[in-house]
Amino acid sequence: MTRARQRAALADLRQQIERLDGGVRHRPVLPFGIPALDRCLPSGGLALGALHEIVESGPAAEFAGAATLFVAGIAARLDGPVLWCLNRRDLFAPGLARAGLHPDRVIFAETQRDREILPVMEEGLREPGLAAVIGEVTRLGLTASRRLQLAAEASGISVFALRRWWTVAERDLALLPTVAFTRWRIAPHASLAPPAPGLGRARWQVDLLRCRGGEPRSWILEACDVTGRPALSREPIHPAHSTPVRRAAGG
Amino acid sequence: MRRIVSLYLPTWPTDRFRRRYGTPPADEPLVTAMKEGSRRLVAAVDAAAHALGLRPGITVAHAKALVPGLHVVEATPEEDAAMLTELARWCIGYSPLVAPSPPDGVWIDITGVTHLFGGEERLIDDLVGRLARQGIAARAVVADAPGCAWAVARYGESKIVAPSGCVGAVASLPVQALRLPAVTVDALHRLGIERIGQLAALARAPMVRRFGTEAAFRLDQALGHAFEPIDPLVPREIPMQRAAFAEPIGRLEDLKGVVAHLSTALCRDLEIRGDGVRRLDLILQRVDHKSFGLRVGTARASRDAEHLAGLFDERLETVDPGFGIEAVVLVASRVEPLREEQDTHPLAPRRAPRAEMSRLVDRLGARLGPRRLYRLEPMPSAVPERSVRRIPALAPASQQSWPPNLPRPTRLLDPPEHVEATALLPDHPPAFFVWRRVRHRVAKADGPERITGEWWVGENERHSIRDYYQIETDKGARFWLFRDAPADEGGRWWLHGIFA
Repeated sequence: MTRARQRAALADLRQQIERLDGGVRHRPVLPFGIPALDRCLPSGGLALGALHEIVESGPAAEFAGAATLFVAGIAARLDGPVLWCLNRRDLFAPGLARAGLHPDRVIFAETQRDREILPVMEEGLREPGLAAVIGEVTRLGLTASRRLQLAAEASGISVFALRRWWTVAERDLALLPTVAFTRWRIAPHASLAPPAPGLGRARWQVDLLRCRGGEPRSWILEACDVTGRPALSREPIHPAHSTPVRRAAGG
Repeated sequence: MRRIVSLYLPTWPTDRFRRRYGTPPADEPLVTAMKEGSRRLVAAVDAAAHALGLRPGITVAHAKALVPGLHVVEATPEEDAAMLTELARWCIGYSPLVAPSPPDGVWIDITGVTHLFGGEERLIDDLVGRLARQGIAARAVVADAPGCAWAVARYGESKIVAPSGCVGAVASLPVQALRLPAVTVDALHRLGIERIGQLAALARAPMVRRFGTEAAFRLDQALGHAFEPIDPLVPREIPMQRAAFAEPIGRLEDLKGVVAHLSTALCRDLEIRGDGVRRLDLILQRVDHKSFGLRVGTARASRDAEHLAGLFDERLETVDPGFGIEAVVLVASRVEPLREEQDTHPLAPRRAPRAEMSRLVDRLGARLGPRRLYRLEPMPSAVPERSVRRIPALAPASQQSWPPNLPRPTRLLDPPEHVEATALLPDHPPAFFVWRRVRHRVAKADGPERITGEWWVGENERHSIRDYYQIETDKGARFWLFRDAPADEGGRWWLHGIFA
C-alpha cells in the first residue's frame, strides 16, 4: 500500500468521523451572549442550520408560553423572515413583539391538522431566503426529525420544534428520542422581588437536556428582553442547578 | 366593397346607470349631471327626459324646474368610455374588426361576414334586438363609408344605405352630421348652408378656403370619397397551452411531465407578452369526456416555468385519471404585467424579503390554501383580541409593531376562561385562583392595567372595563388575569393569557 493511498484512506476516515459528529466543528452559530451558556455549547453558540427542540414544563406547560418567548427571542436575533407553522389559534403576536420579533418578519402558516405541520416545515426549509422555521408540533418521531435535520443542514436554516400537547399521553410523546441537535426544557421559575411593588423580569429554569457535542446543563435565566436576549440571573446560583445533570439518552 | 355598421347608442350613460342599479323605472325621467365651472349642467338625458323637452347642456336647476321629480345622477364619462370599449369587445362576436367610437357609438366592419347572419338587415336587427333586450337603446346603420353610416345613424331614417348610395343618403341630412366642430357648423348656418347636399354643391376651392380643410375632409368621408380607417380592438387573448395524446395517459409521473412541458411553453408565450401568471387553471380531459380542473394562484406575477409546474405537484396526486387522460390544457386565467428585473450584484444590499418569499408563499398557499398563510399586523385598539389583524403574507411591510413596554402574554385564550378567585382586599389582585380545577397561589402581582371598552364599536361596550393583572404564582408561572368590573360592582375574574 503506497503512502498516497494511506493518506487518502486516513482523509476518508476523518471525513467519516466528521460526518458522524454531525459537522459540529465548522458550523456557524448564534451566541446567546451569556458566557456561562455559550461555553457549554459546541462552537460557543446555538448551531445554525440545525433542528432544535424546545419543551416546556411547569403548571401551564401545554401552552408553552415561556418556550414561545425563548424561541421568539432566538428568531429575533436572526436576520430575515421567519416561517411560523401552527395549527392552534392561541398565539398572541404582541407577546412575540416583546422579545423583539417584529410582526413584519413573521409569516404564519396555519394547518388544519397537526400532522400537516411537519411537511410544511420541511417545505419552508427548502426556501433559502428564510432565517428560521418554527413549528408547533405534537408528534416528532425519529424519521421526521431526521428529515428536518437533514433539510436544515442542507439549507442552513435553523428549525425549532416547539413541543405542544393537549393530553397527558401526548405530553409523554415529547420525551421520546429525536435526532435534534439540541433539546431544551424551559420551566418558569420564581422571579426575584423587585425593589418597588410589582413584578420583576420573569425567570426561567433552562435545562439543556441534550446537545450534540456538548454536555447537558441547567441555568436560571431571566426572560428575553426587547432585543430577544435572555440574561443570567443575578441571584447566586443554587448548587443544585450548577452541577451538570446527567440524564439518560433522549431524556 | 367595404360595408361598415355604425352603432349609435343615444342614451348610453343613462341606460348604463339603469342596467347597473335597476332604478329608476324607464318611464321616470333620468339625467346625468356634470360640473362646468360653477354650474351643474345636464350631460345626458334618457328617452323619457328627452320627451319632456330636456336636452344636454341646460343647467340642472333649470331642468329640475321644468320637470318635477327628475332623477339626477352624477355623470361618469371615463366609466362610460371604458364600458363602451367593453361593449365593442362584445361586438367582436359579429366581426373581427370592431372599434369604439366615443362617446356614444361603435364601428363594426362587416365586410364579408354578412352571409353568416343571413344578410345585412338580419345582422343589424339581431344586434339592435340583443341590445334592446339588455335595456340599451341602439340604432345601427350599414353604409359603405364610416362617415356616411355615422351620419345616417344619428340624423337619418334608413337602416341600410345601398352600396354606392352614400352621396344620395347624406345629401338631405343637416351639416351637424359631418362631425364638424361647433364653430364651423355655426359658420355654415350663418351662410344659410343647412344640408350636406348644399355644401357638396359649392365650388370646392372657395369652400376649402372659407371653412378649412377639415370641412372638406369630413364631407369627403361622409360621401365615401375619402377612405376612413377604423382602428380595430385587439381581442384579449388568454394565454393557454394544450397537449393532446395519441394514447391516454394516467401515471402521475407522466402528468407531472406534461404539466412541466406545458408550463415551459406557456412561460415562453408570456415572456413575449411581458406578462406573469397570477392564476393558473389546469384542465384534464379524460377519455370518458369528463374533465376536471385544478386551480392555483400565485402571490406575485411569475413566469418561472419550474415553479409554476411545481405548484400542481401536490394537487395532481388527488386526480383520478379513470381510464386515462387524453388532453391537458393549461390556462393562465389571470395575468399581470411582469417586467424583467436586473439581478442584484453580490455586493448590493439584499433584496426585499417579499421577492424571495413569493415562491415559498405560492408553494405553501397551494398546499394549505392562501388564507391560511398570513402575517399579523397591529391594529390601533387597546382591547387585546382586537389588536391583531391578519394580512396577506406578502402585503407590504407596515413597519409597525405593538408597544414593547406593555406586558402582553405569548398565548391568549379566546374566549377568556372564567376563574374562581379570592382577593384579600376588594381592589387587589387575587390571592388564590382556581383555573381548570387547579388551585394556584399568587405570590406576586402587577397591575391593574385598565382597558376600557370601545364605545364606537357597540352600545354594550360603553360601560365595559377590564382591569388586567399580571400574576406570578408561587411556582413561578405567570398569567394574565382580568376583572370585568370593579370589585364592589361584582366583578368576576377571567384568565386571558399565559406568559409562562
